Amino acid sequence: MYTRTYKTAVAVPPLLWVSTFLLLAYLLLFLHSFWSVQDGQIVHHWSLSNYRTLATQPLYLEVLWRSTKIAGAVTLLSLALGYPLAYYLSFYSRRKMLLYQLVIIPLWVSYLVRAYAWKTILGSDGVLNTLLQYVHLTDAPVSALLYSPFAVILTLTHIYTPFAFLPIFAALEHIPRHLVESSSDLGASPRQTFWRVVMPLSLPGVIAGATFAFVLSLGDFLAPLLVGGSSGIMISNVVVSLFGAAYDWPLGAAVSLAMLLLVLLLLWLTESLEKRWSHA
Amino acid sequence: MNGSTRAPWLRSYALLVFLFLYLPIAILILYSFNGGGIGGFPPKNLTLDWYRMLWDDRAIWDSVLNSVIVAAFAVVLSLLFGVPAALALDRASFPGKGLFRRLVLLPLILPGIITGLSLLMLFVAAGLRLSLLTIALGHGTALIAVAVTEVYAGVLKMDRGLEEASLDLGASYWQTFRRVTLPHLRLSIIGAALLIFTLSMDEIAVSFFLVGRENTLPLEIWSRLRRGMTPEINAISTLIFVFSLSSIVLWYRIRTREEGGLVEAQVLEPQSHGGNI
Repeated sequence: MYTRTYKTAVAVPPLLWVSTFLLLAYLLLFLHSFWSVQDGQIVHHWSLSNYRTLATQPLYLEVLWRSTKIAGAVTLLSLALGYPLAYYLSFYSRRKMLLYQLVIIPLWVSYLVRAYAWKTILGSDGVLNTLLQYVHLTDAPVSALLYSPFAVILTLTHIYTPFAFLPIFAALEHIPRHLVESSSDLGASPRQTFWRVVMPLSLPGVIAGATFAFVLSLGDFLAPLLVGGSSGIMISNVVVSLFGAAYDWPLGAAVSLAMLLLVLLLLWLTESLEKRWSHA
Repeated sequence: MNGSTRAPWLRSYALLVFLFLYLPIAILILYSFNGGGIGGFPPKNLTLDWYRMLWDDRAIWDSVLNSVIVAAFAVVLSLLFGVPAALALDRASFPGKGLFRRLVLLPLILPGIITGLSLLMLFVAAGLRLSLLTIALGHGTALIAVAVTEVYAGVLKMDRGLEEASLDLGASYWQTFRRVTLPHLRLSIIGAALLIFTLSMDEIAVSFFLVGRENTLPLEIWSRLRRGMTPEINAISTLIFVFSLSSIVLWYRIRTREEGGLVEAQVLEPQSHGGNI
């Protein structure tokens, strides 16, 4: 029923805009990674030298590895907090929808505000340290709280737990309750029912939640700057400094591309995992 | 099993998670009234001084205005392309459709820094000077993803027969779009607009790279955080929190009035947030 003109009218403008502002932009990032800087000017001289730098200078791989570890820890913690919460809400709570909204609300609180809140809590004259001294648990402020990978992990976990929660909750809500009932009718203990029925059926949600938490925390550069200190530097901070003070856009582009590749690989992996499950 | 509360351990655990989620926000708000500065336990000398200071702070309010301008522009831009894109994804088939869908959603999935950098390179290559306009273009483009997902969900729920009837009865495509399609998508569009506005107001990763001389609110807060912390930031954060909460409540009211019941009402889920549009 839709004519060719109609289809052209709705498809062409967004197609043009998106090709210019997204495709071309991402393409430029890709191209930059093969260029180089000479005398403060970007020269369009094709080479793999940026990637060689990336592979040979230990700094980049180390930071990339550290970011992966931090993002991995954030993912595990977000799941450890988000899954039981989702399970409780979906299976046990009488005020499911209200509590659901309560999980969502922190998502609406500015990202920066939440990171800043942790800074005020963890600082050496921050809320936590002064509280510890107030109750005489310590005499001097514990300086290890702020400016550490721990602070970054804590802050990012706080920010991304609701993200991990959402798809898990959705998956749990979709589990037909009669499956759970038949399992217990047939004599399975609650524990068996959980591990054999509920958990496997909620796995796609877990994977989606984990992907969200991992990808978003991997690319974060503001929380590390705010609460991470020098030991909490992540890969995006390296990119930021390459684009800022160091003025080496091509190398910065190569580092971002390495991160992008990692992200895309992960997305592809989870997508194919999900496909496999939905066929099974 | 459903509805029972025979899980005391799980229940306490859930309570602890809620505490973890809310305690920092509560502390932040509490200390915006603290006369003794950003830290220190217990809080003392409750005061409104920080709010008074904030009230007189021209730079902050300028940046709020900038953010509102950027967000309004982003809403218009992303809907302008997002609504037709959602219709196209549902109704048209064209070469590269799969790629197009993925590409549109990419800014939502990728870390904000990658989208920010790529747009920076594009604007520099195009010889555009960095300003509020570049931030607005960046937000508008990245948030097409949100417009598409929200509106596409609305398009799927729509009864196509209505459009067909309108066309059969002699209305033109444009008339059908304005009189039938748009009114049916109204709710999705309002929802998308609210969501895009809020996300843009809070966005920092993309803005970080596209900023010229004038700061948006998050960037202004950011630059102050780097200089040192004052409870004035707690105060502005509290106001942002109140603003975000009101927009959720507003959305609820619109939704429940339209649908005549709370049964199906679901709050918008910001797909991705903050540092990452």
